[in-house]
Amino acid sequence: MKVDQLSIFLENRAGRLAEVTRILADSGVNIRALSLADTSDFGILRLIVSDFEKAKENLKAGGFTVGRTTVVAVEVTDKPGGLNSILEMLRDAKINVEYMYAFVNQSGANAVIIFRFDRTDQAIELLQKNNIAMVPGETLYKM
Amino acid sequence: MIFDVEHETLPREELEALQLRRLQNVVARVYENVPFYRKKLDELGVKPTHIQKLSDVTLLPFTEKQDLRNHYPFGLFAVSRENIVRLHSSSGTTGKATVVGYTKRDIKNWGQLVARSLAAAGVTTGDFIHNAYGYGLFTGGLGVHYGAEELGATVIPISGGGTRRQAMLLRDFGATVITCTPSYSLHLFEAAKEMGIDIKELPVRIGIFGAEPWTDSMRAEIESKLGITAIDIYGLSEIMGPGVAIECAKVKKGLHIQEDHFLAEIIDSDTGEQLKPGDKGELVITTLTKEGIPLLRYRTRDISRLNTAPCRCGRTTARMERVTGRSDDMLIIRGVNVFPSQIETILLETDGLTPHYQLIVGRINNLDTLEVRVEIDEAVFSDQIKNLQRLESKIEKNIKEFLGVTARCKLVEPKSIERSEGKAKRIIDMRQSQA
Repeated sequence: MKVDQLSIFLENRAGRLAEVTRILADSGVNIRALSLADTSDFGILRLIVSDFEKAKENLKAGGFTVGRTTVVAVEVTDKPGGLNSILEMLRDAKINVEYMYAFVNQSGANAVIIFRFDRTDQAIELLQKNNIAMVPGETLYKM
Repeated sequence: MIFDVEHETLPREELEALQLRRLQNVVARVYENVPFYRKKLDELGVKPTHIQKLSDVTLLPFTEKQDLRNHYPFGLFAVSRENIVRLHSSSGTTGKATVVGYTKRDIKNWGQLVARSLAAAGVTTGDFIHNAYGYGLFTGGLGVHYGAEELGATVIPISGGGTRRQAMLLRDFGATVITCTPSYSLHLFEAAKEMGIDIKELPVRIGIFGAEPWTDSMRAEIESKLGITAIDIYGLSEIMGPGVAIECAKVKKGLHIQEDHFLAEIIDSDTGEQLKPGDKGELVITTLTKEGIPLLRYRTRDISRLNTAPCRCGRTTARMERVTGRSDDMLIIRGVNVFPSQIETILLETDGLTPHYQLIVGRINNLDTLEVRVEIDEAVFSDQIKNLQRLESKIEKNIKEFLGVTARCKLVEPKSIERSEGKAKRIIDMRQSQA
């Protein structure tokens, strides 16, 4: 149920983001989901891509600092309270969400949200126990 | 006013005769008491008795800052520990600081030399000295303090920092003299202005500034803004502290070296050859009277030149030109000496960061700023902002702790630091272009 996420260090200056997308485009790698966290000096770009290894290799060759992070893609019912019930479940289990971002999924009726937990394995166990649907990495990369 | 007429106005032949006697004495003392010097002199085949004339100083070995570090902390002291009454130290990473020790007589001499310096700057017994040099291991604060008391002036040991409070007390106490770094005087001026205090309207009339390089245009700015006479003072902790040389208020053209205590030479910093009088080069100083840690031919790395022409103020001592640069990569940030290698050590000790860094030195509101750019690598990279910010704070904290300067750390992408011929450009000092 784990998903590999690419994390990329970016300086806060014009053109850096475009450089990442250019390298991915040249490598024929598709972006499935993304989020950008920023401070006054730098940002961290987080990506779920169609081919993790290829993207990582080419970005590193392009001079970027790249990391691998394990995240979880959770299907959330697209109705009021859908996300809330999941977050309350996590809260009761004292699992902390480091960050999260939504993933636009054209085909399904459900929203997909990418979670970075402080305790990933426990989070997966908890979600499985409560019959919360998760999208496996293999499925997500090919979506 | 000349504080010590006898020594400050000696005819040059008499001064040089005194210097020779004292040089012979110090060489004999270090040969006897400091194994480092005995070994060096033996290797050169030089005996203390070989020093027959003042120019024989060139037979002696140089002393480098690194020699003090190598013998950290007390290895170069020439007297037993019980005879040392005070220690001072420059900033440094663990084990890399330079430590100096003073005997009772050294402290007395230092006080007298600072008293001479204050008098040369125009300070008299009735003056009130707002001493904003830092007190502590740094020699600035206590150095000026003892000199002010020796002269008989009133000293206010305000030390560094707390600028708004400084402005308030400067007004309330009515100090007539201020001592600090030149950049701090301008910073204080601006801070006072914001509080509705115009230093120009206060009784302060003399400023004695040192511990960092400054220019004549900066002097003009300080003098017109603060309405004072700005005097340049020179010193370094290895040699003594402030008071090694001072400008006279009367002429303000070069700093009088206290030559009865210090033998000054100018050398070519590449070849080590002594240069002709008047040539520009690296200032080298031999301490003639120091007991605690006498140094032979200490390489200051400060670029200057000497002028032995008599001065209209009446002093016969040689004058050194205002220091115009350094022959090494040492930075002076808010009066604190910082070597890039010290920052490098701190980075390596902080989570094994790569040594790819760059120091950007600037000046904002007349205060020096230091930005440390560090290239990030996979080993320390995290997908979480808070971890990277924690890393930045940790570096800032370590720099503050070890070097005593406030720095701002900025993580940058790998290979983003400009490299020339494969070697990274370590320092960008924007203060010169801003001055």
